[in-house]
Amino acid sequence: MSPPDGNVEGLVGKPVARPNVRRLIHGQGRYTDDISVPHMLHVAFVRSPYGHARINGIDSSMAEGMSGVVRVVTGAEVAKICKPMVAIAAHRPGHKSAPQNMLAVDKACYQGEPVAAVVATSRAEAEDAVDMVMVDWEDLPAVMDMMEALAPDATPIHPELGDNLCFQHNTNTGDAAAALSAAAFTVEHEFEFSRHTAVTLEGRAILAEWDPVEERLTVHQSHQSPYQMQDIYSRHLDIPEHKVQVITPDIGGGFGLKINVHGEEVAVVAIAKMLGKPVKYTADRLESFLADCQTRDHLGSAKMGVDADGKITSMDFDNTLSVGPYTAYIRFGLAEGMMAITCAAAPYALTDYHARTRVAYVNKGIVGMFRGVGVPIGCAVTEVLVDQAAAKAEIDPVEFRRLNFHKEEDYPLTSVGGYAAKHMSLHQCLDSCVELMGYDALRVDQAKARENGVWRGVAVATFVEAAAFGPIYYGPSGARVSTQDGCTVKLEPSGVVRCLTSVTDQGQGTLTGIAQIVGDQLGIGMDKIDVIAGDSATTPYGGGAWASRGMAMGGEAALQAGKALKANILDLAASILQTSADTLTLGGGEIRDASTGEARMDLEELAKVGYFRQDTLPAGVQPELMVTRHHVPNTPYYVANGVQGAHVEVDIETGFIKLLGWWAADDCGRVVNPLMVDEQIRGGIIQGIGNTLYEHSQYDENGQLLNASLADYLLPMASEMPDIRIAHVETPIGATELGANGIGEAGTIGAVAALWCAVNDALRPLCAQVTKQPFTPEHILDVIAAARR
Amino acid sequence: MTEETTEISLTVNGESVTHTVPVRRHLVDFLRIDLNLTGSHLACEHGVCGACTVRVNGVVARGCLMLAVQADGADVVTIEGLSRSGEVADLQMEFETRNAAQCGFCTPGMVMTSAELLAQLQSGGGVPSREVIRDHLSGNLCRCTGYQAIVDAVEATAKSRVGTGDSV
Repeated sequence: MSPPDGNVEGLVGKPVARPNVRRLIHGQGRYTDDISVPHMLHVAFVRSPYGHARINGIDSSMAEGMSGVVRVVTGAEVAKICKPMVAIAAHRPGHKSAPQNMLAVDKACYQGEPVAAVVATSRAEAEDAVDMVMVDWEDLPAVMDMMEALAPDATPIHPELGDNLCFQHNTNTGDAAAALSAAAFTVEHEFEFSRHTAVTLEGRAILAEWDPVEERLTVHQSHQSPYQMQDIYSRHLDIPEHKVQVITPDIGGGFGLKINVHGEEVAVVAIAKMLGKPVKYTADRLESFLADCQTRDHLGSAKMGVDADGKITSMDFDNTLSVGPYTAYIRFGLAEGMMAITCAAAPYALTDYHARTRVAYVNKGIVGMFRGVGVPIGCAVTEVLVDQAAAKAEIDPVEFRRLNFHKEEDYPLTSVGGYAAKHMSLHQCLDSCVELMGYDALRVDQAKARENGVWRGVAVATFVEAAAFGPIYYGPSGARVSTQDGCTVKLEPSGVVRCLTSVTDQGQGTLTGIAQIVGDQLGIGMDKIDVIAGDSATTPYGGGAWASRGMAMGGEAALQAGKALKANILDLAASILQTSADTLTLGGGEIRDASTGEARMDLEELAKVGYFRQDTLPAGVQPELMVTRHHVPNTPYYVANGVQGAHVEVDIETGFIKLLGWWAADDCGRVVNPLMVDEQIRGGIIQGIGNTLYEHSQYDENGQLLNASLADYLLPMASEMPDIRIAHVETPIGATELGANGIGEAGTIGAVAALWCAVNDALRPLCAQVTKQPFTPEHILDVIAAARR
Repeated sequence: MTEETTEISLTVNGESVTHTVPVRRHLVDFLRIDLNLTGSHLACEHGVCGACTVRVNGVVARGCLMLAVQADGADVVTIEGLSRSGEVADLQMEFETRNAAQCGFCTPGMVMTSAELLAQLQSGGGVPSREVIRDHLSGNLCRCTGYQAIVDAVEATAKSRVGTGDSV
């Protein structure tokens, strides 16, 4: 594949290390909680101990008399100066959600919902006083089961909504019922994808400073989008937008959690404004488990019809999920359901599809954005059925996929679920993954192992990733979500370049990729470029980090900005050198003769003239050595895809699952930095494995979270995780000059499906199949026992 | 209620420190709040995640499970001191070139724990296998990388220290 136009230094495509990672490795990172300012106060929250309870009164008098306590602020006091959150998706008819106060006022609707804040001179003193804030609680029945929540006789959590149905949607393509009954055979399965949470290692954190003289707000926050939060603080607290500055310093993990709006963070800002003092809050681990936006929590069943030639004809997918008591502000938790039914079946050329998603309100934590947003569910459900169908058709699952994938000539296409794809490299990724994993040898090994009573599973799983959502989705929703991103490039007097970008980097390496792209456009090395991000006041307006958009969007904006600055530099150089700009080019930090490559002038010399010696220029020449460009996609999203391979061993005596090997063949368009891309895939896969094998936020029937500690909520640790081998299929997307697609969510999406398929492959000879993640040893033993009965 | 305090004297990163601290303050809060050494991180405060890992009297310890007063008289080394000493400069370079850190929040703890394994190497052990490295690091949680690059970095450092070259 040829490098992009202007790839002068050859930085794009190289595994360049991140210039900004060294300080993190040396303990010199600057995360929000590391920042302290004079007169800073600390907040601890009084939280609901109940899943559902009315607040009949709050007595703060004892707490306010305690050492170090400055003030106790109730939800009602915050509500006086701060508008509530109302997340209603204008583009989703029938969607309803109750207004949510930043801190609960009349009643709490999930355990851990904040109801009051204690402000004190230290966090420890604030926590002491939390216990002395007397809340007169009236325990209400908690609605915990999503199916019971949707039953006609269920008590609505918010009576004004009439029932607990947040939203429902049906997709009908062709006639699924008829096609399923006409099929040569069908397969069906039931699914449960348990609720879990993000577990960013750094808890959510915020430091809000209010200047009462200038009436100006400065916020440091562990968040993926400083622009979004500037907008929220301005509108909810009635502060002119130009007097709000949100800075996102080093972020200790985002994964989508930190694109959500959490009421208590807005409350911290309200309190800073109220008191005229700097106020800091950092969520501890217990609070993170209770009050971080959670994810998934789907139930479903699905059926697939296949004809006599082994061709998939049809699918029916019934999906229900619970999203807590409110729709997550500002991006709508119902997206979990919509993405699941939209992306299901996307790789396959079936014609008849029916899907339904129903979204229920329950008294659990709020479901927000998390890596993959529903797509892992759609892909896993599809891939499990595809494997079952292949087994029933007695066709190898790899062959069965080849037979059923969309063909090259089918593109562009819209899948039966409504997934719009200009192109997908499904066949290439499958071939690549099968080769990488040594599929045939693994099948031989599997057969041999089974003779020895060892149950191994081999799987390939196809996934799609809808990346870099554009305005076609969020525009009509009414949510103020910026789907464009920008980049400013500035030639400094010393000949180095500063880039200011609206995309943010929580460790993905996005800023490094942007430097590579700009470096290539301007013919300079990494040592001559600095990238600045995460400041709503100084960088171009944009979206921050969400939906795997960093390279696809921010990278394209950087490329266009670099290109424009190059043109300006060459124009100025042509004036200085008394030649025409088209005879010049850039390379190695020099302005060069385009035909001979001879160096004519270095960038420092040019910048010197541009900034200090304009007197030497011909009359009328205006040096313009800073340029901004933006990029907004003209598609709903960019379509990335891939295939993952998994090799597992299931101990049928203990139910334990051992991961023997893992592979991924991924197509994220142009790979700007293979080191960063590979690490996104690896990290994403391990998260997907964790979600599928271990992670579960377990509530009891009264709304109590049973495992709110890292000792009880299991996560992948180094000793159980496999090494992962990766191959790339690189199909540059045509929609941008850069051609980069999304990569951030691919690993997680594909890993969930691959693990479901691999474990089922191991258990298939026993006629047992998993139905519920996480795959606990208990669940494995249960499905084996059930099959034996 | 007034906070009960006591005076402690200890060595932190080679410097003598005397401070009056609340008796309930744990070691990492003391390092972060009183000494402004913010390289040690808090992610669980119940001894599971390893982000707070520091060295106390030469041994790796969970800074969140130890009170500051228990460190009275101790020799404490944090990521800042370890980095400055140059003891793990090679390991840190491997972390950098392999992108074995993403958000970086677990990284100081990972470096402290890896340093302990690499120090055992100096006292006669061979290059640890990947399984041994993974076991050694399994008390340190990383949510970003998936661990492989970290294992690679430790393995490469071990190989280069014993002179068998870099296998990657």
